[in-house]
Amino acid sequence: MKPVPLIFEMSSPGRRAYSLPRLDVPEVKPEDVLPADAIRQREPALPEVSEIDVVRHFTSLARENHGVDVGFYPLGSCTMKYNPKVCEAVSRMVGFTSIHPLQPEETVQGALRLMYELQQYLCEIGGVSAVSLQPAAGAHGEVTGLRIIQAYHRSRGEERTKVIIPDSAHGTNPASAGMLGMKVVEVKSDSRGGVDVDELSRLVDEQTAGLMLTNPNTLGLFDENISQIAEIVHSKGGLLYYDGANANAILGIVRPGDSGFDVVHFNLHKTFGTPHGGGGPGSGPVGVVEKLVRFLPVPTVAYDGEKYYLDYDRPDSIGPVKSFYGNFLVLVKAYAYIRALGPDGLKAVSENAVLNANYVMKKLSGTYELPFQRYCKHEFVIQPLRIRKETGVRTLDIAKRLIDYGIHPPTIYFPLIVEEALMVEPTETESLETLDQFVEAMLAIAREAETDSQTVKSAPHSTPVGRLDEVAAARRPVLRYVPQSDR
Amino acid sequence: MNFIPGTQADRRKMLETIGAGSIEELFGDIPESVRLKRRLRLPEALSELELMREMRWIASKNLDFEQLTPFIGAGVYDHYVPEVVKDVCSKPEFYTAYTPYQAEISQGTLQSIFEFQSLICELTGMDVANASLYDGATAVVEAALMCCRHLNREKVLVSSTVNPQYRMVLRTYASGAGLNVSEVPWDRGLTSLESLEQMLSGEVGCVILQQPNFFGCIEDFSQVTRLVHSRGALVVDVADPISLGVLKSPGEYGVDVACGEAQCLGNPVSFGGPLLGYFAVRAELVRRMPGRIVGETHDAAGRRGYVLTLQAREQHIRREKATSNICSNEALNALAACVYLSVMGKNGIREVGLQCLAKSHYAAEKLNERGIPLAFPGVPFFKEFVVKVNEEPSRIVKRLVGEKLLAGYALGSAYKELGDCLLVAVTEKRTKAEIDHLAEALGRGVS
Amino acid sequence: MECPKGFYYTKTHEWVKVDGNCATVGITSHAAEQLGDIVFVELPEVGREVKHGEAFVVVESVKAVSDCYAPVSGRVIEVNQELVNHPELVNQDAFGAGWMVKIEMSDARELGELMDEVQYKKVLEEEGLSK
Repeated sequence: MKPVPLIFEMSSPGRRAYSLPRLDVPEVKPEDVLPADAIRQREPALPEVSEIDVVRHFTSLARENHGVDVGFYPLGSCTMKYNPKVCEAVSRMVGFTSIHPLQPEETVQGALRLMYELQQYLCEIGGVSAVSLQPAAGAHGEVTGLRIIQAYHRSRGEERTKVIIPDSAHGTNPASAGMLGMKVVEVKSDSRGGVDVDELSRLVDEQTAGLMLTNPNTLGLFDENISQIAEIVHSKGGLLYYDGANANAILGIVRPGDSGFDVVHFNLHKTFGTPHGGGGPGSGPVGVVEKLVRFLPVPTVAYDGEKYYLDYDRPDSIGPVKSFYGNFLVLVKAYAYIRALGPDGLKAVSENAVLNANYVMKKLSGTYELPFQRYCKHEFVIQPLRIRKETGVRTLDIAKRLIDYGIHPPTIYFPLIVEEALMVEPTETESLETLDQFVEAMLAIAREAETDSQTVKSAPHSTPVGRLDEVAAARRPVLRYVPQSDR
Repeated sequence: MNFIPGTQADRRKMLETIGAGSIEELFGDIPESVRLKRRLRLPEALSELELMREMRWIASKNLDFEQLTPFIGAGVYDHYVPEVVKDVCSKPEFYTAYTPYQAEISQGTLQSIFEFQSLICELTGMDVANASLYDGATAVVEAALMCCRHLNREKVLVSSTVNPQYRMVLRTYASGAGLNVSEVPWDRGLTSLESLEQMLSGEVGCVILQQPNFFGCIEDFSQVTRLVHSRGALVVDVADPISLGVLKSPGEYGVDVACGEAQCLGNPVSFGGPLLGYFAVRAELVRRMPGRIVGETHDAAGRRGYVLTLQAREQHIRREKATSNICSNEALNALAACVYLSVMGKNGIREVGLQCLAKSHYAAEKLNERGIPLAFPGVPFFKEFVVKVNEEPSRIVKRLVGEKLLAGYALGSAYKELGDCLLVAVTEKRTKAEIDHLAEALGRGVS
Repeated sequence: MECPKGFYYTKTHEWVKVDGNCATVGITSHAAEQLGDIVFVELPEVGREVKHGEAFVVVESVKAVSDCYAPVSGRVIEVNQELVNHPELVNQDAFGAGWMVKIEMSDARELGELMDEVQYKKVLEEEGLSK
């Protein structure tokens, strides 16, 4: 396969792909209306290409990508489920794409109604009292939720800075706390994979702002002691934060608000079927229990019985966390998804996601090690410990070899507490046949490790490039195109 | 609808393999006390046809740009989006992928991000750019946090001519992160340099200004940069990328950080989201930068390829000490910007800028002729400007909806002292006829 | 594992070589190996006063990052500029060309709390056993 040149390398002076209408008003020369010091001197070296160059270039790049529409994508904790086409079609309606956030409210009643109803749906699904749709991603939801927790304690005259986070947590949890200058204290996991309750009791004190918990956690395990955990944290005045990364396991089965959580975020791009876009845009709405509603970001969408409106009149709010009202087009897709599935469809999502995960886990359990012997929820973690010991083949090698089988590798080396972890999340939208193919591939790789470990260790072999030198990339970073003449 | 391929027979077979009697058994470790013992109270499921009908009905309750001609901007703008951009962004290989953790099967995303970074560097004149942030507001927050961390200082000065929403978001974060934010007052449409000079103490980590500023006016960045650097602080330039074919680039001014809103590059207005934060810095600051960064490297056979790099800055490795908590960014919107800049090229981006300049100046003149003068006469502007009206501006905006116009943004809610002013944006998409119609309709209110 | 004589060692795997009142500091080859290919070393500013036990250098590999702690208190008088462009020196020659910082010690008595190579080897053995 020939490498795809950079768009800059295709440039040819005088070529163009754009067309603009002829200027129908008098021309204005920059030097006539702008100070000389405000006018650009060196023109940007943007490429000069034709339209077909652009189309073929990005089509070539697209072909080098694996997406859910291309094949199985069991990336743990990312919920790479099928993104319904109807939701895409809906989000492209001009009535949604071509409206301005500062238009008079009377002219955007449809958009406001949709947001209002989505707030209500998420309240019902999460068991919370109110929701802000503003955060743009899960991590953004976390920092929003922690600001709310901070504001709550401050309103009671307390500056609590300690945030307790399990050792199995996503890196965004401690990073979000760090961004707000809070002190992170790690709590260990117990032998069942849940929070070590005894250690938690020792750690929680009057300085504790809250505990951040993913449930089911990154091991794919539901924390059975959730009520006790909530009691421990609440007894010292702390609050419970629910990281919704793994909510695909609990729709219509458990509501975070009913199990003691005070602040909840959802990842619409995981649980509610909106596409991941190659790394965004996502959406990370935050829901809270009654006593925290007044701290939610402004504005929220409200309804006065006749019309929908943006409610800015919330004096205790932490303020806005981004421009306007959230990633609206993502909200449109999630809204359509919830309307398409309905209450039973959502519950079926979680039931089938959990069934699929347990099936694959069972099938792999003879060949790969399981750190915990119990049913998983929507995802699970396995380890190739015997394989590594006997053949030297490691998790990274297995991941890379899966690519040759047309499968996107699971999340690897995470959670950090499991050695050589492979974290698999099949999702509910995969068929039994696809799951069996994955199992077959994993078993075949285990066999290859014994018979032909070199093939596994040097995988992938079917891609435009082999394993790339990340050390060289980080030691002497090349982060942009530099024209040959400038090098 | 439902997107679950599993049949009853499949489920039976799978349960058998697992050795479980029912799906319910798999949830057996969830305590009874926390379970939901009823159905979710949500609307019943819809078929595709019903859903499309319902969504069309909701969309019809909005008056979109085909029904109202937008002269409203204030941070997000109705610029031309070429069809190619929409076509590329609807390729499922791009939009159904996630963060390119596995480089060998993500070269499409990785190379396009590398191209995006390169295009942003060219446009802004800066050394390095990241893969994107959520929006202009959060980009400003990240810039303030980065600068203060870099200099180990706590004070941030932000001009009151910076987008009011950005300043509000900055305050939300600052009060959590322990930053001390002060606003530099404005005078005749521009940041007051005298005030800035007085406020510039040795504890100031960075000074944030917008170019063109929220009023559309051109700030004197050369002088600002000299002044701020002379006090050892860093300069953050919140530049409008679409202006940079014409206006001097942040790099030419010698600023330290260029960041802001890049929705204008190939992304629809879409009720204000998703937007696209861009972020570029001088080379010395690269390891302080937030967000994903893609770098060029090679495989064992010497083939060129792209990877996520400098990851030790990031949350999944550095956890609470990370430069930022950002994980998902706005990759698909960055792809749109990448395609847009490829399509426009250096000539297109200049022509867009020149058209904005010509049309906004034509509009200002026409409004002036109708008795609606500029609020800051003589102050240079690019595509947006402030006019004084003699009727409550928000009422004018509502009245002109009847004339199929979105006349502008009433400044009174963000600036009390500008209660009689309207902020008007004129992009390359507006025609002479539309501008004349605006002037005529607005002018009719002048007695 | 290489542990040259005449060096002082810490439990957090820094080494110190003393010349008069000047302490040269680096990380041990064991630490470098644990981190993998080192891609960046963030060095302190010359002139900075550091306290014993304070994090003052950050070492990055592709997938890990680690703080180094000042083994002694004093003023930073020199940093190894070679590491800016050649961080790999830490992997190649941890006890020599991969040195990181020179500190003018404010209290040489602190050296008494550090280990010699025999004690450090024991620490490494214990770490190995606990794995």
